[in-house]
Amino acid sequence: MEKNMLKEENKIFKNLYNEYGWRINDSIKRDDWKNTGSIISKGREWIINEIKTSELRGRGGAGFSTGLKWSFAPKEIGSRPHYLVINADESEPGTCKDRDIIRFEPQKLIEGCLIAGYAVNAHVCYIYIRGEYLNEGKRLQEAINQAYEKKFLGKNACGSGWDFDIHIHYGAGAYICGEETALLESMEGNKGQPRLKPPFPALVGLYGCPTIVNNVETIAVVPTILRRGGKWFASMGKPKNTGSKIFCISGNVNAPCNVEEEMGVPLKELIEKHAGGVVGGWDNLQAVIPGGSSMPLLPKKICDTITMDFDSLIENKSGLGTAGIVVINKQQDIVACMARIARFYKHESCGQCTPCREGSGWMWRILDRVAKRKATYSDVNLLEDVTKQIEGHTICAFGEGSAWPVQGLLRHFKEEIDSRCREEPLVKKKINNPYLVDQHLLENKNA
Amino acid sequence: MSLKKVHDKQPDNFEFNKKNSEEIDIILKRYPKKNKKSAVMPLLYLAQKQNNNWIPLAAMKHIANLLSMPYISVYEIATFYSMYNLAPVGKHFIQVCTTTPCLLRGADKIVKLCKEKISPKENEISKKGDCSWVEVECLGACVSAPMIQINDDYYEDLDEKNTSEILESLINEKPLKPGSYRGRKNTSPEKKFFTNGEKHA
Repeated sequence: MEKNMLKEENKIFKNLYNEYGWRINDSIKRDDWKNTGSIISKGREWIINEIKTSELRGRGGAGFSTGLKWSFAPKEIGSRPHYLVINADESEPGTCKDRDIIRFEPQKLIEGCLIAGYAVNAHVCYIYIRGEYLNEGKRLQEAINQAYEKKFLGKNACGSGWDFDIHIHYGAGAYICGEETALLESMEGNKGQPRLKPPFPALVGLYGCPTIVNNVETIAVVPTILRRGGKWFASMGKPKNTGSKIFCISGNVNAPCNVEEEMGVPLKELIEKHAGGVVGGWDNLQAVIPGGSSMPLLPKKICDTITMDFDSLIENKSGLGTAGIVVINKQQDIVACMARIARFYKHESCGQCTPCREGSGWMWRILDRVAKRKATYSDVNLLEDVTKQIEGHTICAFGEGSAWPVQGLLRHFKEEIDSRCREEPLVKKKINNPYLVDQHLLENKNA
Repeated sequence: MSLKKVHDKQPDNFEFNKKNSEEIDIILKRYPKKNKKSAVMPLLYLAQKQNNNWIPLAAMKHIANLLSMPYISVYEIATFYSMYNLAPVGKHFIQVCTTTPCLLRGADKIVKLCKEKISPKENEISKKGDCSWVEVECLGACVSAPMIQINDDYYEDLDEKNTSEILESLINEKPLKPGSYRGRKNTSPEKKFFTNGEKHA
């Protein structure tokens, strides 16, 4: 079942590789800021309904309906101002789409901010960008300044009668700040530790005010959807998984790249047509992580036929997440790869909930032992148990994010793991295993 | 949460210079007046920039006073986020991404090179030149893996040969340019790697 590739005219991000220039005059040539004022004059109801018609689902990982999210914001501004917050804290291993949007299509994001801000009654928008993206942040600030010069932002933005300001806030290297409530905590000048939900940010968010938090890509596609119509967007992809999406293909492929494709594109086609195929050929494929490191991996058998959209990946006990595709071929040690991901989660746990703080370290240490062929069969059972103890017992979804990849490994590569294990020794040697410290740091003695 | 040690030799005083004080006024305008605490992260960055890329305790006390926050809250934030350096780092501060997508494409070799050329230990200033290196988690440039960040700039699509050239150039104080080291245009697919000659859309 060959599917046609996304047509050039249907691409939303035409300047993804910076072939046409990122400055405001270049992007106006690509139809950015065209009729923005008249789109806004059609009113909130129309904008939100059009987004609902397009069935746009959030591109940040959870895949929640964007139109629905916007409709949660109170209809009138009460005693508290509303805020729009853009999540540009892109830290999910395997994902680097927002970086390219910020670098090369910043006006799409800025225009989207204005429209979304109007739709949810916000006069102020904060873009929370990860601290490592310093140069990207500078670029975005330059783009924002250009938009101010053209009077697209500020008082009476774009002639719409709506006052709108955008500020950039830098993060400082914490993965957890990509979680929306942690992001808000971080913006308020606290440690980035997630809040309990409910109340949801749409009612009690930044500074206790109604706040809508959206991913960069979600907001950046909004202007194009409104210009070309929700029906146009919904005509691409599959039902309930509509539109196009930027896929980041990394790992053992011949030509790793970012590429915009239709939702529901077969994974094999995506890798072979856009990324030059798996290193060593398709038969050399071992596994694929389909949606950033938090999503369980898929073995080759499933990769042969799977299509890349939210629902079909959920059916296969994985998820589209951020569409960061990490390809792992047979030359790689799959357990070591997943142990490295487990170490990532151990490092990035915010430390608020005990199951996650302690469990992520346990998972890493056990996987590390398996990778080094030092584990026993009971270790593997323990590992499975630990993942179940974390899942669903934490404030935010980080717990699931750290447990799922390990569960995926256990589900699909049990034989590989078992082959590396041994029986429990009858005489137990006392090993000096300092469980409560970071072993990888101990190794280099400079913690 | 990363393990961080506060430097043992601390300066007694810290004041923002004139340029940064003006910058602070601009930063404070971004946030509502009663929420000036929000400015703590940008201010810590400013302090770090002013003080050779690390934050002394005196700066945290100073920021706490400026924003009328308890000192411990500022300390808490400076230790929570991994990008705030609490001890001196090299003038060329090299961050090597070693998370899985980079690992798959050989980040371990880059770590090895750093150990050989700069210093055997992380966060240790090199004998030759003024460099230090550290392993970090995903820097968000996975399709350009393996990659390193030197101060603010990304060096992408590396291999052993050009990494050692980059590291040498830092030691000799003639830093090479950031960007892709396979000469490709940003994150576009490289057609030369398509074996079957298929045309890319």
